[in-house]
Amino acid sequence: MSTTKLIPKAGAGQAASGRTGDKVFSGAALTAGALIVAVLFAVALFLIVQALPTFSAAAADITGGKGFFSYIFPIVVGTLIAATIALLIATPIGVAVALFISHYAPRSLARGLGYVVDLLAAIPSVVYGAWGASFLASNLKVPYQWLAENLGWIPIFGGPASGTGKTILTAGIVLAVMVLPIIASLTREIFLQAPMLHQEAALALGATRWEMIRMAVLPFARGGIISAVMLGLGRALGETMAVALVLSSGPLIASLIRSGNQTIAAEIALDFPEAFGLRMHELIAAGLVLFLITLAVNMVARWIINRHKEFSGAN
Amino acid sequence: MATLMTERKRSALTRGRLPRYTPYAIAVAAIIISAALLSLVGFNVFGWAVLSAVLFAAGNVTSAAIVEGRRKATDKFATSLVVGAFLVALLPLVSVIWTVLVNGVPGLMAPGFLTTSMNGVTGAVDNAAVKDGTPVLGGVYHALVGSVLITLWATIISVPVGLLTAIYLVEYSAGNRFSKVITFLVDVMTGIPSIVAGLFAAAFFAMILGPGTKTGFVAAVALSVLMIPVVVRSSEEMLKIVPNELREAAYALGVRKWRTIVKVVIPTAISGIASGVTLAIARVIGETAPLLVTAGFATSINMNVFAGWMSSLPTFIYTQIMTPTSPSNADPSTQRAWAAALLLIILVMLLNLGARLVARVFAPKTGR
Repeated sequence: MSTTKLIPKAGAGQAASGRTGDKVFSGAALTAGALIVAVLFAVALFLIVQALPTFSAAAADITGGKGFFSYIFPIVVGTLIAATIALLIATPIGVAVALFISHYAPRSLARGLGYVVDLLAAIPSVVYGAWGASFLASNLKVPYQWLAENLGWIPIFGGPASGTGKTILTAGIVLAVMVLPIIASLTREIFLQAPMLHQEAALALGATRWEMIRMAVLPFARGGIISAVMLGLGRALGETMAVALVLSSGPLIASLIRSGNQTIAAEIALDFPEAFGLRMHELIAAGLVLFLITLAVNMVARWIINRHKEFSGAN
Repeated sequence: MATLMTERKRSALTRGRLPRYTPYAIAVAAIIISAALLSLVGFNVFGWAVLSAVLFAAGNVTSAAIVEGRRKATDKFATSLVVGAFLVALLPLVSVIWTVLVNGVPGLMAPGFLTTSMNGVTGAVDNAAVKDGTPVLGGVYHALVGSVLITLWATIISVPVGLLTAIYLVEYSAGNRFSKVITFLVDVMTGIPSIVAGLFAAAFFAMILGPGTKTGFVAAVALSVLMIPVVVRSSEEMLKIVPNELREAAYALGVRKWRTIVKVVIPTAISGIASGVTLAIARVIGETAPLLVTAGFATSINMNVFAGWMSSLPTFIYTQIMTPTSPSNADPSTQRAWAAALLLIILVMLLNLGARLVARVFAPKTGR
């Protein structure tokens, strides 16, 4: 209704309120966009500023007494171990789930099944943590003992197995469950975009469904799968609660089935609420390291996706 | 002659193929054999289902390999793997929901769980509950209030910023370099670990208001860092699919650009935007890590987000598990934690459901 009032004004060429409205609105939109850029830089800036005292502190004052590097190194490795376990489990299953929904499930069911997998992503991480600590850990005690007895000669299964099941392997499995829906939903989108003509041509030439997928779908989706896995990696690296609740932490060890190891995110969550002084700066520095690692992983993943976007039309 | 040809063709088509009933026969055989095998070592339903599925897949692949050849067998093997992986992926979902339901329902049904806080509930109360059988006291009211308030403030911050950014990207930027930078950074922001967002808010307010500042508002800022990119992404997608004809029609009538956006573009896309915002709320209401480092742990009701520590459902669950109210008798704390977990899952599911409902209710009549 009010638009009709505006028309004669604008038509008359007066410096109408509409023009200032335009300016204010576009200005606000631009400011919001700039704010996002500013926030990301602010995140980096404030973390760096608050982390600085750690780097100038005497090596003996840092936790562990040997300087920041020897403090951060074990938990960086612990973070990588947990994320690696998660990806080793979640990647094949996630890709297969995506394939199932895009190419195997009956059309009428596919959408509903997609929602079901997305439900996995909707469950809060603290609930996964509680589930992993109570249900999963106690059920994995026996398998861990078996592993320690029969495969104990492999360093990663070195005994004695944890009596509670709260190990880095359990944490990795919980992380895998949390990463799985990310990988599954991203790769599903890619699989659905695979050119239909190629698939139909393959089937028409007598290929079985699996041969069609191998020839016409997987090569097309390779870049998408890699970037989905990278995004999953970013999530697994930064995930806090699953590890904080599930893992009974300790120093860096090779065995995955003994209590030990720690990740950056869990270390921060466990210690930050009580931290003050240098310890607080130390944890913020650890957060900065985590931020930089995930930033690098995410940037590479996005770069692959964007490059893939340009190709996908031409395919 | 002609009839002979068709006879031969038909037989050539069906030759080397398994009859249609084969999978059903193999399924029945697999179920019976696995039941028999398991009864030798000790029967349980889960093992029975797993063993049947494995035997069924193996039988299918072997029969195909013998009768239909290697290619068909490979195909069946791949199908079994894919379907199997999907079933495996469902296991944790079912297990999590089952665990939370079984452990959470008694606590959620306890009188006063939703209407009382943990104020005054001490280890002695919990010990009495375990030893003398008095009811488990204490509830989540303070955490529920905290969750709602913190999420509300995060929404108040994120929605205008996110929506305006999406409007800038779609309506104003015309794909310039700055918009590409924003899009890239928003994508990168989606991947910021939640604990880092919490640390940022903590570090930010520590510099402004002095170290150790922990209030609900700090937590809301931390959650906004996580929420804004989600809102931008979903709103951007929704604004993009608004047909250009609508904008051109408005311009042709002499309507200002900003009024076109407010009166034409946004109302058309509102269903998608609203459902995107609801999904973003569902995502951040379950975030724990940023709240741990920004909001502190309160046991009493705090309605003021700008002063004092605040509890929330996720941190309530976390503290009840990690530091039980009564260290010697952890059961009442565990019960409260699971009940809160159930409540949180119900909230998140309702929000997810609400998002779909919102999308349907506000859906514009585009005639497509």
